[in-house]
Amino acid sequence: MRPFDFTRPDDLEGACAAGFTEGATFIGGGTNLIDLMKLEVMAPAHVVDVTRLGLDRIEDEGDGLNIGATVRNADLAADPRVRRRYPVLSRALLAGASGQLRNRATTAGNLLQRTRCPYFQDRDSACNKRTPGAGCAALGGEVRNHAILGTSEHCIALHPSDMAVAMRALDAEIEVRDPEGGMRSMDLDHFYRLPRDTPHIETRLEPGDLITSVRLPAPKGDRQIYRKVRDRASYAFALVSVAAVLRMEGGKIAHAAVAFGGIGTEPWRDIEVDAMLTGETPSDSLFDKAGEVLVQGADVQDGTAFKVPLVQRVLKDVLWRAVA
Amino acid sequence: MSVQLKVDDRDTGEVTQNVLGRDTERRDARQKVTGRATYAAEIRPEGLVHGALVRAPGMGRVELANRAEVEAMPGVLMVLSDARMIRNAAQGAAGEAPVQGVETAAYVGQPVALVVAESFEAAAHAARTLTVTCEGASNEIDPEKVEIAEDDTDETAQGDLEAALREARHEIDRTYTTPSMHSAAMEPHAALAEWDGARLTVRASLQMLRYNRAEIADCLGIDTENVRLLSPFVGGGFGSKLGISAEAVAAALAARELGRPVRVVQHRRSVFEVNTRRSETTQRIRLGADAEGRLDAIGHEALVSNLPEEDFSEPVLQGTHFAYAARNRLLVQRTARIHRPAAGSVRAPGEAVGITAFEIAMDELADEVGIDPVELRLANIPEKDPESDVPFSSHMLAETLHDGAARFGWADRPRAARQRREGEWWIGSGMAACFRVNMMMPAEARVRLTADGAIVETDMTDIGTGSYSILGQIAAEALGLTAEGVEVRLGDTDFPPGSGSGGSFGAASTGTAVWLACAEIRTALAGRMDCEPGELTLREGTVQCGNRSRPLAELLNGETLTGHGEVEPGKAEDKVRQATFGACFAEVAVSDVTGETRLRRMVGSFAAGRILNPRTARSQAQGGMIWGTGMALTEALLHDRRDGHVVNRDLAEYHLPVHADIPEMDIALLEESDPWAGPLHAKGIGELGICGSGAAVINAIHNACGVRVRDLPATPDRVLGGLS
Repeated sequence: MRPFDFTRPDDLEGACAAGFTEGATFIGGGTNLIDLMKLEVMAPAHVVDVTRLGLDRIEDEGDGLNIGATVRNADLAADPRVRRRYPVLSRALLAGASGQLRNRATTAGNLLQRTRCPYFQDRDSACNKRTPGAGCAALGGEVRNHAILGTSEHCIALHPSDMAVAMRALDAEIEVRDPEGGMRSMDLDHFYRLPRDTPHIETRLEPGDLITSVRLPAPKGDRQIYRKVRDRASYAFALVSVAAVLRMEGGKIAHAAVAFGGIGTEPWRDIEVDAMLTGETPSDSLFDKAGEVLVQGADVQDGTAFKVPLVQRVLKDVLWRAVA
Repeated sequence: MSVQLKVDDRDTGEVTQNVLGRDTERRDARQKVTGRATYAAEIRPEGLVHGALVRAPGMGRVELANRAEVEAMPGVLMVLSDARMIRNAAQGAAGEAPVQGVETAAYVGQPVALVVAESFEAAAHAARTLTVTCEGASNEIDPEKVEIAEDDTDETAQGDLEAALREARHEIDRTYTTPSMHSAAMEPHAALAEWDGARLTVRASLQMLRYNRAEIADCLGIDTENVRLLSPFVGGGFGSKLGISAEAVAAALAARELGRPVRVVQHRRSVFEVNTRRSETTQRIRLGADAEGRLDAIGHEALVSNLPEEDFSEPVLQGTHFAYAARNRLLVQRTARIHRPAAGSVRAPGEAVGITAFEIAMDELADEVGIDPVELRLANIPEKDPESDVPFSSHMLAETLHDGAARFGWADRPRAARQRREGEWWIGSGMAACFRVNMMMPAEARVRLTADGAIVETDMTDIGTGSYSILGQIAAEALGLTAEGVEVRLGDTDFPPGSGSGGSFGAASTGTAVWLACAEIRTALAGRMDCEPGELTLREGTVQCGNRSRPLAELLNGETLTGHGEVEPGKAEDKVRQATFGACFAEVAVSDVTGETRLRRMVGSFAAGRILNPRTARSQAQGGMIWGTGMALTEALLHDRRDGHVVNRDLAEYHLPVHADIPEMDIALLEESDPWAGPLHAKGIGELGICGSGAAVINAIHNACGVRVRDLPATPDRVLGGLS
């Protein structure tokens, strides 16, 4: 670990000013950042702790919720409003990491966690995400915990979050404060960037931007399911996960929002899949077709080929449970 | 004076005080859960400095490109790259230096230097800053792609396998693979080295101190007498701490040069590379049987790997040699010399993977013949060792099969695959027999008796297995004391050399040495009572001979009686085949949607001679069964296909089972006494549970959903491929 400055401001302005300095990074729970700093995969010169900014509250906002950036994953999962109205989010959170990690990890930190690609974590391997232009050792290497959608010839790294998958299905919005004090919000749909030829740039945040909260609109569907497939019963990243938020009207699917983990370079959602489900009567053939549309153009390697049938099976299972 | 025993024959004595065999709490339990058990890295002497190992990013000749720059970094004291450093941990019981020299890297991840600094952080950062280049090697890393030398082939043949297979009513010819695996002990390998003139003291995390002491002395070129090793507590070993390790040698070299105590703790990622892995295996198994399932042909051919010059080959066939009768046999072991990290002993080397594959093949044969898998095993239990023709010292496989089947409710299982379903989950049951060789190792111990109680001393280690408890119980039994009346001191080479921990031999070997040391004290007491040792009864501070009784304190008269016990294996090894046996039964649920397997329950029934402490024995059996489950379902060390480096070298990605994977386990330890195992009649229990439990899980998957997994582990993708 490299020496670094550490500050723990107690007001937003001070935090954002500190976060805008060269080589600065914000820290919430640190469950991912500290590991990567120990490996020197990340080496910030200045670490700015944002856990004293009063961003740790969950507040009602109309029919929706405003979730502070530093609300702990464990607290968010246990919140009665979340459990009642956004069970998909609670389930997704509880499917992630371990109890100890969830006690530390924060909402914004979870959104910003880095990939688990082993070549990204290994400084002796080439990685375009770590060192732009260095090449990608994952390509042609041991590929399993990698993406099949949203990939590029420069990067196939998977976004590992469970929470963010559920948030995508819930149409979450991110509130961001810029260094000048301006506030803006963006859809989670537009928050992440595909790797293309700049895999080191993962989101649309600019230097000094601080996520202050995540807003959930009123739930658009009362049928919510999160299903995660993994190598062991707990403490493993998703091989595939599916978050579904549906509403039924007169035997037809009135609202469908389906998001996926374990397959995309970002928490994945495909509006084509949602669109083809909406207004339709549930059937095997409809759900099979949704699965086919989802994986069109999938970039499959030796070690990830299984994700295509797996995600299709899980999607179909989740949709049938949701409409039942 | 000492009492020596070479185990040449059966023992006719009896053990009677009832302290042994009692379920007692572990002596070190409170220390461990309250943090008072101090491990190697927890000692902080005055002037302590910190070392970090530097990793080779490639293979071949090593250059430390920016050495001077790193040496000049703040806090950095030295960059050590010394011809006496070792490339990987020594093999178990080597007693001499492993391959030395780090000027070339034999595998990716090899330590090539040590950076020492005033702080841990500075050392770690400097180690990462050192630019290491490796050139000039294009070493093969795929075991299937190298030619196997004659020296690396071992063959045992009896009868005519091919002919027998041709004539067999039922035949199985299958190939199974198991991946590289790792011990992944919780405590990372660590050492703290300190010199006092010519004398070196190393606090380390090691399993076999008597050998480790000789190994590090040989590495450094100093006299063994000048080395003291201390490992009073070891946070798990499972084979990875059998031999002297890279950080201990490097710490000693740096400490000598700097004249300060040096501590080196391996990074978790380094633990997975520098300390021996379990070799991957490819196993072709051919079985020929008659209409009733009686085996007439057993073929078992294994391909394993190791680095050149490593004197270890995963003994895959070790259990096959004695497991089942068959007149025609061909057992072939081949070792591919490749440049993946070194392979060595990992819990139950040999049977863990060999019996697992074999017991899957037996399940396939049972299907083929159309008989109950338990019946198939029962039909093939040999009368004598199938190869050497000597009798078994004791053999309770049949009893464990019956006991396990009854506990599990085997009779109620689904007979064929895909019979039971709960929602999306296929439910199925599987079983396997367990086999493990029994070993004894030379061991010594000293016992001192005063009126206040006894003190046991040996350099034996307790790697989490219960050595402290059991050795205390043995002395208490022999000297008529309560367990609390005995103090046990371990893990210090100033004490007499014990067996060390490994190969399940610790309790029986070092325990026998303690027993013999006590026998010497008993003889001395009998002398003072003027009677024969056999007439002596010691109980609660009184010494009895016939109808005469005197208080122990009075008899000792303020003196200390010292006994020294020494045991070594003898001719018994040639006269009988000694092994432990068991049976595991598993019930699993397999998702028809995802291919995920969940273990629902597991029963293990084991016979391992006399059980010294049911609590620690049960814990060992359970640990083995959990390990078997991990081997079946989740564990695989992945090697990069281009350079062989270990890709998943942390505990997030190397998937050991977690609590949620493991249901309640029902474990029975059958009553048995093996008189060929020395005066305690006890055999090893530490590794038996892993030698078959994984096969029970794999066989249960087949019974559940009809998918036969032959490439372990049975991750969802591998099961999914077989589901419709």
